[in-house]
Amino acid sequence: MSKSLFDKVWDSHVVRSIADGPDVFFIDRHLIHEVTSPVAFVGLKSRGLSVLYPERTFAVADHNTPTINQHLPVEDPLSANQLKTLEDNANQYGISHWGLGHQNNGIVHVVGPENGITLPGGTIVCGDSHTSTHGAFGAIAFGIGTSEVEMVLTTQCIMQPKPKKMRISVNGPLSKGVTPKDVGLYIISQLTTSGATGYFVEYAGDVFENMTMEGRMTVCNLSIEMGARGGMIAPDEKTFEYVKGRPMAPKGADWDKAMAYWKTLKTDEDATFDKEVSFNAADIEPMITYGTNPGMGMGISKNIPSAESVEGGKATYDKSLAYMGYAEDEQMIGKKIDYVFIGSCTNGRIEDFRAFASIVKGRKKADNVTAWLVPGSHIVEAKIKEEGLLDIFEEAGFVLREPGCSACLAMNDDKVPAGKYAVSTSNRNFEGRQGPGSRTLLASPLVAAAAAVTGVVTDPRELL
Amino acid sequence: MAYDKFTTLTSTAVPLPIENVDTDQIIPARFLKATTRDGFGDNLFRDWRYNGDNTPKEDFILNNPIYKGKILVGGKNFGSGSSREHAAWAVYDYGFRCVVSSFFADIFKNNCLNIGVLPVQISPEFSEEIFEAIYADPNTELEINLEAQTITLLSSGTQESFDINGYKKGNMLNGFDDIDYLQSMKSEIETFAESRPF
Repeated sequence: MSKSLFDKVWDSHVVRSIADGPDVFFIDRHLIHEVTSPVAFVGLKSRGLSVLYPERTFAVADHNTPTINQHLPVEDPLSANQLKTLEDNANQYGISHWGLGHQNNGIVHVVGPENGITLPGGTIVCGDSHTSTHGAFGAIAFGIGTSEVEMVLTTQCIMQPKPKKMRISVNGPLSKGVTPKDVGLYIISQLTTSGATGYFVEYAGDVFENMTMEGRMTVCNLSIEMGARGGMIAPDEKTFEYVKGRPMAPKGADWDKAMAYWKTLKTDEDATFDKEVSFNAADIEPMITYGTNPGMGMGISKNIPSAESVEGGKATYDKSLAYMGYAEDEQMIGKKIDYVFIGSCTNGRIEDFRAFASIVKGRKKADNVTAWLVPGSHIVEAKIKEEGLLDIFEEAGFVLREPGCSACLAMNDDKVPAGKYAVSTSNRNFEGRQGPGSRTLLASPLVAAAAAVTGVVTDPRELL
Repeated sequence: MAYDKFTTLTSTAVPLPIENVDTDQIIPARFLKATTRDGFGDNLFRDWRYNGDNTPKEDFILNNPIYKGKILVGGKNFGSGSSREHAAWAVYDYGFRCVVSSFFADIFKNNCLNIGVLPVQISPEFSEEIFEAIYADPNTELEINLEAQTITLLSSGTQESFDINGYKKGNMLNGFDDIDYLQSMKSEIETFAESRPF
């Protein structure tokens, strides 16, 4: 029978199917971090259970970590306690631990691919919804809750009904200034934040084929923002090239064996999906959000839509615009902003900093803007320096910080103050996401850079 | 973690007819720094419930004593966003045993089932009827029967069936969880693991 890419990977990981129940689904790689794992370890200890495959488990500190002075003790006692708990648990159970100061430290979804933990055709889970990022490699990757973290620690399996399948195709050439982030935000704006709930998405079409691995990671990262369990893209030569030679990738005969399998990982021509949608690349322009969920986004040159023209309740829509301090039909261009954040598992990779640099080069940071430039990992940080991007940033008046999740969810000190506006390359604009009362405009690194040098929402195409 | 058995629940309910309630609202990120799962109820809907100076916001439903009960009735697409199970813990710790909505986000729904909170998905029309009934009379009760998979608005007798995976239903009725099941098939898992290439 014809199978989709998703079917092939899913079916090869089913240990047992339960009638009228979920599949017992095997997990190849389990990523854990300090926020969603401690209670799972408490559960293990209270039941007297062990970690079944510590070598398949990888502990990374990222959500709470400061982005300055990482060589000093963490000041917030609660954060310090969580980070220490992760380290202690990793040590106790023989799990590798990339904590603060480790050369491989960074955001878990950035360091996984960088180090070859993420492989095509594999399964990856983490107690973090943006685990969908790893789908860029043709892996099935999704976020889980802490009860499931406990389950995977002790059995390497979760119990999961097979999701329905959706294919999202985007074809045609992308316009100038349109990045993978814009493609992702555009799709979410069309489907809404619940449009893919219950589905696992495969992204298809030449837009994704032509994208770099970094770009594919950005798109797959955003899958959860349309409600999907995850998103994936068939692996190709670009994928193999990216994986080859990474520290934990297969080598020698193992590599050849892997390649023979990985090349079979594509959707059969006559495979069917539960839902298919397609978009024209030409319809996508640089995007920006105006509301309090990622589906409330629009082309940057457009005006904020009226409540009547959007799906959903008017009361909820009005509440959202009131929170943002915006009104229907206003234009976003020219709106004053206070903060710019480039980073996160959505846009904290080297390509994102190259894009940011392409606009700030030869310009100056606007005086009214506080900018946080936060690489996704130490490896990204090193590349920023190697490629001369740091010089460009410093000449323009920017400072580079140390890696971590940072202002994406503001569990560390990088909080946007109440009432202030931030243009963020992260993934969520929920109320208070970047600090209580903060207001977030999601955008690409190019849009963030344009805002950082002008101090207002600016169409990046004017500066390219 | 094993949890309380869920069979039938009859209770008044708290209405929250807002769409796309995300898990950052249910429990903001700054309250995720604990290393045990207790006490999250105090910060359930923290920023909707309290002002910056920690005084209660009078217009938020949880601060209105006429609305109470073990059932939370939310708007469409309840629980979107982060995978943080802390959101489900907060709902449970506050005292809710059931969340009713016309549409749930996936991970939140899963997390609820894994800790013994029953997510009940109903039609948008029934959701409207429930909101109206509670606003007309806050003492309105809902009856949720897990065995029969029904939810009934007792004031009108309106009833709907709801879906739940048969395996998950068994777990909730018996207070079992997945780890109990998976432990029983450990050798099968180990054999499978040996066949994995990486």
